[in-house]
Amino acid sequence: MDRRKYLKTLAVGSVGAGVLLEACNTDKKPEATAAPAATELKYDRNAAEVIREAKLQAETFFDAHEMKTITVLADIIIPKDATSGSASEAGVPDFIAFIVKDMPRYQTPLRGGLKWLDLQCMNRFNADFASCTPAQQIELVDLIAYPEKAKPEHQQGVAFFNTMRDLTATGFFTSKMGITDLGYVGNQPNQWNGVPQDVLDQYGMKYDERTLEISVKFDA
Amino acid sequence: MPEFQIKKTQKAYDVCIVGSGAGGGMAAYVLANAGIKVVLLEAGPLYDPAKNVTQLKWPWESPRRGASTPLRNFGDFDAAYGGWELEGEPYTHKNGTEFDWFRSRMVGGRTNHWGRISLRFGPKDFKHRSHDGLGDDWPIGYEDVAPFYDKVDKLVGVFGSIENLPNEPDGIFLPPPKPRLHELFIKEGAKKMNIPVIPSRLSILTKPINKDRGQCFYCSQCSRGCTVHADFSSSSVLVKPAIATGNVDIIPNAMVREVLTNDEGKATGVSFVNKDDKQEYSVTAKVVILAASACESARLMLNSKSSRHPNGLSNSSDVVGRYLHDSTGADMGGIIPKLIGRKRYNEDGVGGMHVYTPWWLDNKKLNFARGYHIEYYGGMGMPGYGFGFGMQGTNGKYPGRDGKVKDAGGYGASLKDDYRYFYGAGFGMSGRGEAIALRDNYCEIDPNTVDKYGIPVLRFHYKWSDHEINQAKHMKETFAEIIHNSGGVVTWGNDGTKENQYGLEAPGRIIHEVGTTRMGNDPKQSALNKYNQAHECKNLFVVDGGPFVSQADKNPTWTILALSMRASEYIIDELKKQNL
Repeated sequence: MDRRKYLKTLAVGSVGAGVLLEACNTDKKPEATAAPAATELKYDRNAAEVIREAKLQAETFFDAHEMKTITVLADIIIPKDATSGSASEAGVPDFIAFIVKDMPRYQTPLRGGLKWLDLQCMNRFNADFASCTPAQQIELVDLIAYPEKAKPEHQQGVAFFNTMRDLTATGFFTSKMGITDLGYVGNQPNQWNGVPQDVLDQYGMKYDERTLEISVKFDA
Repeated sequence: MPEFQIKKTQKAYDVCIVGSGAGGGMAAYVLANAGIKVVLLEAGPLYDPAKNVTQLKWPWESPRRGASTPLRNFGDFDAAYGGWELEGEPYTHKNGTEFDWFRSRMVGGRTNHWGRISLRFGPKDFKHRSHDGLGDDWPIGYEDVAPFYDKVDKLVGVFGSIENLPNEPDGIFLPPPKPRLHELFIKEGAKKMNIPVIPSRLSILTKPINKDRGQCFYCSQCSRGCTVHADFSSSSVLVKPAIATGNVDIIPNAMVREVLTNDEGKATGVSFVNKDDKQEYSVTAKVVILAASACESARLMLNSKSSRHPNGLSNSSDVVGRYLHDSTGADMGGIIPKLIGRKRYNEDGVGGMHVYTPWWLDNKKLNFARGYHIEYYGGMGMPGYGFGFGMQGTNGKYPGRDGKVKDAGGYGASLKDDYRYFYGAGFGMSGRGEAIALRDNYCEIDPNTVDKYGIPVLRFHYKWSDHEINQAKHMKETFAEIIHNSGGVVTWGNDGTKENQYGLEAPGRIIHEVGTTRMGNDPKQSALNKYNQAHECKNLFVVDGGPFVSQADKNPTWTILALSMRASEYIIDELKKQNL
């Protein structure tokens, strides 16, 4: 897959490149107060990137209460099940804490959305979202988790929850736990010798004679 | 001593090359192997994918899970440093027109992350004016370039299949990989419309071609650069062996200001600022080759004014910067419902499509002049940032494992399972077509703006014509039909209207910009002759995409490589004859 399409097709297929490629995102980054030592990242970083990573790592955006709320929400969105653990077990809250620093366009929608959620809960249950009972939390989430059924007065909550769902899913399924869960088995040296026969059979497909003749062959 | 001075490098070179991408890398390789002393200037840092590794890294190793950044626009693991905007190096636009300029400052340039789509131009592509009366014919034909395409095929390596199509010349091919599952669906769907779907032609080694480079191990990550050099990038395939000859001095982080000329108007070398020590330097050479990218080379020529070249170097024709054109682009994608809930296996394959569609129609029967090819993608790729986005637009549309359609969106165990369920069912396609080269689409020097080095910057003026807009409309209509015939459902990209030019990408976005220093037989109508040699400065050559008279419905790299090799052999010959 070429560079342009790589990220595009990672999504299930319902969104275009605009959402996925942050190519034109040139928002000003908040100034870091102190830069720690060079980043610990174990892949190629050029000189400018080393400086940028260190600045980002030194910043904090969400406070403790916001992080607590994000963690509760993330685990509601992706809970532990028979196959794998929960979003927080896969490190999703840390990912969200980082991505809002890396992509500042998320900062206001998420901070404001968390506040919106707390206010809704205060009015209904006299407690902030994270302090509500699990049943109360679900009652609130049900109002904003289904875009096509939600009431007009909850639209801002729907938009916030859509963003939380996106970031939680991306954070989970790009973690080691999530990729194992998903069953992605690539990213390793191998030989591509075509679609497995049982899969071809399942779909009633086959390679024509000429394709078999001209394609690269491997020793059995 | 003054605080500001220009240091001259003591060594005298035969040839100075500006830029180390496809064109500059090939020139360095050919000249160095002929024993010519070369200095290769690159505006970015050294880079070798075997040392600067992002290949086989997992998304969780990146705190942003592989998302793009302002410093790496195609993702955190992509090999290209840079992007549409570079800090301190602006460009501007005229009359509210659009042009996006992608710059990758590093050894190997944009070849480090390119799509490896390696298509020869066909006989018609060099003589389009003779066919449709638009643009201009090249001063050379396919027969002039064919021997060099052959040599590039053998030197670099490309897989493909012999098809005997009239305007898609076959090459010397390595065997192609078999199609992936979604590609088989596309092949069947397109067949119903008589649209050809043939093995792709990518410069990836499905068989070893020499002892210096490895063989593809099917990780699908050519865009990250290959640690075993099994794909083509100028850095690993050309620059590295060129340096190994001992005949090339490479100077990284050298931002060239201008080409220096003498009283006779001949090039004597270039001046540059070293980004590391911020000092000013000049280097002298008998021949100067520009390969800084179509627009950057034009910028250098326009900024190299002297009494002998008052309108910029070799520009009394006033064509330098003009006839700028990029490929057209439009995209669409969907889901193949049959592939929902599919069995898992490793289908990474090579880095890119295993099949593609070359242009198949006769433009005489259409309302636009030039063709396009179609690139396909999809399947079970490695998740990265963006995975799962927009599930609320998908899971309410298709029946789940229990056969029932649920409410869109949601949360919890049921939602978690949806990501597994829909994984690998997405696919899409992109058209890449030929635009008409127009004199009024250009880059010029902005009279008011300099970059952080004090170098005057480019100002762009670009408008698509009806040919490109109608072509995009045709792409969208065709894609929707292919998706339908492949058993798919369109989920994105089917939003073309007259107002949005049918989803036609802004010029520059396809990163195939060419034409700014075009070649020709008439010095009044062209900047270079048919050997990429400046009409008015015989020891100046341009070997990037600038010399193209017209971009075909192909990708430009293979032709840049062939023409650079051809120009380099001409330079060797002319140096021997002491003509330069």
